[in-house]
Amino acid sequence: MKELSRVLHIDLTRRSFHVEDRPDLFENYIGGVGAAINLLLEECPKNANPLGPENPIVFAVGPLTGVFPLASKTVAMFKSPLTGNLGESHAGGRSAIAIRMAGYGAIVIKGSSETPIYLAVHDGKVYFRDASGIWGMRSSYTVGRIIRELEPGAGFRTIMRIGRAGEKLVSYACVITETYRHFGRLGLGAVFGSKKLKAIVISGRCSIKIPDSKAYKEVYDKIFNSAVKLPIMKKYHDLGTAYNVTPLNELKALPSLNLKQASLKESVNISGEMLAENYLGRRVACVHCPVACIHLASLREPYEREPYFYKTTMVSYDYEPLYALGSMLGVTDTKGWLKLMDEVEVQGLDAISVGVVLAWATEAYEKGLITDKETMNIRLKWGDYNTYIEAIRKIVAQPNEFYTSLARGVEYAASRYGGLDFALSFGGNEMPGYHTGLATYVTYLTGSRHSHLDSAGYSLDEKNVKAGMRQTPDEIAEALFKEEVWRQVLSSLVVCFFARGIYTPSTVIESLKTAGFDLGFKLTEENLNKVGIEILKKKYLFKVREGFNYKSLRIPKRILEISTPLGMLDEMEIREAVNIFFKFLT
Amino acid sequence: MSYRLAVIDVERCVGCELCMFACSRRFGEGGLAKSAIAVRSIGGVEKGFTVIVCRACSDPPCAKVCIVNALMVRKGGGVVLNPHKCIGCGRCIDACPVKAVFWNSEINKPNICVHCGYCAKYCPHEVLKLEKVV
Repeated sequence: MKELSRVLHIDLTRRSFHVEDRPDLFENYIGGVGAAINLLLEECPKNANPLGPENPIVFAVGPLTGVFPLASKTVAMFKSPLTGNLGESHAGGRSAIAIRMAGYGAIVIKGSSETPIYLAVHDGKVYFRDASGIWGMRSSYTVGRIIRELEPGAGFRTIMRIGRAGEKLVSYACVITETYRHFGRLGLGAVFGSKKLKAIVISGRCSIKIPDSKAYKEVYDKIFNSAVKLPIMKKYHDLGTAYNVTPLNELKALPSLNLKQASLKESVNISGEMLAENYLGRRVACVHCPVACIHLASLREPYEREPYFYKTTMVSYDYEPLYALGSMLGVTDTKGWLKLMDEVEVQGLDAISVGVVLAWATEAYEKGLITDKETMNIRLKWGDYNTYIEAIRKIVAQPNEFYTSLARGVEYAASRYGGLDFALSFGGNEMPGYHTGLATYVTYLTGSRHSHLDSAGYSLDEKNVKAGMRQTPDEIAEALFKEEVWRQVLSSLVVCFFARGIYTPSTVIESLKTAGFDLGFKLTEENLNKVGIEILKKKYLFKVREGFNYKSLRIPKRILEISTPLGMLDEMEIREAVNIFFKFLT
Repeated sequence: MSYRLAVIDVERCVGCELCMFACSRRFGEGGLAKSAIAVRSIGGVEKGFTVIVCRACSDPPCAKVCIVNALMVRKGGGVVLNPHKCIGCGRCIDACPVKAVFWNSEINKPNICVHCGYCAKYCPHEVLKLEKVV
C-alpha cells in the first residue's frame, strides 16, 4: 500500500528523482486540481518562460482514484505557452489509475534534457530512456506502438506522448495518452517538447486499504449501479459526445464557418447518428469507468494504384473536434472529416484550437488579409479537407512567418495579420463549440482555463432555452461561480464531469468517508465548497501573478453579430456578468 | 456443481478494467494488487482487448511445477492456492500457457482465480460469465 500523499519529483536536467511526502496537500485540498495548483504555485517561478526549463509540469490524481468508479481523470498543470498564463488540462485513459497504482498522488517534472528522452516509471524507480531514435517521427501513433513494445506493464500502464507538434513547440500541441485521449487545450505538448521529453510511461498495481470492507462494497455498488443506469451515461455510451451535433445544430448554436452562421445544413453528415450507423468500429473506456464514451470510427480507404487493397484506420471522434474541424471549417464529408481528424492525431495537436485557427485563416484569406504569398499557395477553402490537411502539416513544420504565427494561436495570428474581430479566442484560448447564449461566453471569459468545462455556461443556456427564459447578468454570474466552485471539488477528486450527476455532495462525502480518507476538515457540503472557493482563488492568484486582468479581456465582435438561441448578445451584458463574477473571487 | 469463469465475447470488451478492480475488492481493498484477472490491449486499444483469466484446466500445468504443493487441483478445474505453503518461487507464472497466474508483489505470492464470478457481476458489457462445468 502506498499513500496518496507521495509526490514524485523528477528533474530532467540532473536526471534525478525523489519522493516527498505531502499529506498537507491532500488533507487540505483533496487532490487533483487542489493539489496541483498548490504545487504549481510552489514550483513555477513568477514570469517563468512557459517553454523554459523553469516551467514545471504537475500531474495529480485523487483519493477516490482506484477505489471508486469514474474517478479516473489526471489533472495536469503548467504555465501555458498559448495564453502565457494558467495551463490546466484533464485527461482520462489509463493515466490516473496508473499514477495511483504506481504509488503516487502527484508528479512534478522540472528542468529540461539536452537530448530527447522518455521517462519510464516502474516499481518505485524512474528510468531516463534515450528517445533520440523516436524524436521527429512522423506519426504519434508509431511512437505509442514502439514504446508499447519496449516497456513492461501492459494493462497496468499509461503511455503519455507527444507528436511532432509538441516537438516543434506549437502553442496548442497536446499530450496523447492511450492513443485516443488527450491532455488538450493550452499546450502541454509544447511544454513536453521544450523539455525534449517525448513520452512518459507509468505502471503499477498496488493495493489501497479500506477500513470497512462491507461498507466499501455497498457504496461501490450504489455508485456502480447509478453509473450503468443513468440516462446521460447511456447517451454517451450509445453515440458518444458526438450526440450533441444534431441538437446544437437544431438549436442554431453550432458555430459554423468561423461563426458566420450558427448551423450548417449538411451537419447531419458529421452527426453522432451518421458516424455510429456507418463508421463506428469500437468503443473504449477510460479505466474504472463503465460508460465507454470513447468512440472509434473505422475508416476504410482503397490504395489508389492497387486494386482490392485497403487500409483501415481507427479514428476517435467527439463533439468538440466535430465542431472545430467539421462545422467550423465546413467539412461535412464524413470520410474527409475522419481524414482531417486523423492528421490532427498524427501531429498531436489540440483539435479545437487548430480548427479555430484554420477557420480564422480561411476567412482572412477570403477577405484578402492574407494571400497566396503567406499561405505558400495553399488555397484555403471551406470544406476542402485535403487543403486543410496540407495546412496542418505546414502549421507544424512552420516553413514561414505566417505558419509560425498560426502555430502560436489565433489571437497571435490575428494581432499580426488583422481580423481580430473574427478571431474566436477568449483569454487567448480558442473557442469551444457552443454559441448558445450569454452564459457560455461568460464561461469562456471567466473560466480559470477559458474552457467550456470550467463552469459549463452552455448547459445553463440550454436550460434557459428550454425554460424559455433569459437570465440577468448577475444571475448568470452567480450560477456560473457556484458551478465552477463545485467543479473544483469534482476535479480535485478527479471525477469525470459526465458523472457529476452521480457524485452529488452527499455521495462525495459518503465515498470519501468510506475510502477512509482523512481530510483536515469536517466533511460537509459547506466545507467542500469552501475548499472549492479556496482552490479557485489560488488559481486566480496564479493568473493575476502572471499578468491576467479580466478588465482587458477581448470580446471578438463576431459573436455579437450572430443570433444565439437566446437572442442577440450584448457586449455590455457580457462585461457586466464578467465583472460580477470576478467580484466573487476578490 | 462446479463453475468456471469464461470470456464469452471479448469483442464487447471496452477495456474499463472493472473486472480487475472487482477481483481485488473481494478482499475489501481498493487497487489492483490482488487481482487474478487482467485486461490489456492487443497492440493498441484500436485493435481491441484481450481478457486474461484462468482457464480452469483439468490437468493444470501450474500445479505440476509447484515444488511445495501449494497449488491443489480444484474440483471443476484450476487450482486452489494454500498461501501458507507457498514460498513465492514464481514457477507457476512461467508454467501457465495463457499467463493467467498473476503476481502480488506486496506479499510475493501468486493471485489465483477461484472462479467465484464476482468480476462478471461488474462487467457491464457482457464479456464475462460464470459457467457451469459439465
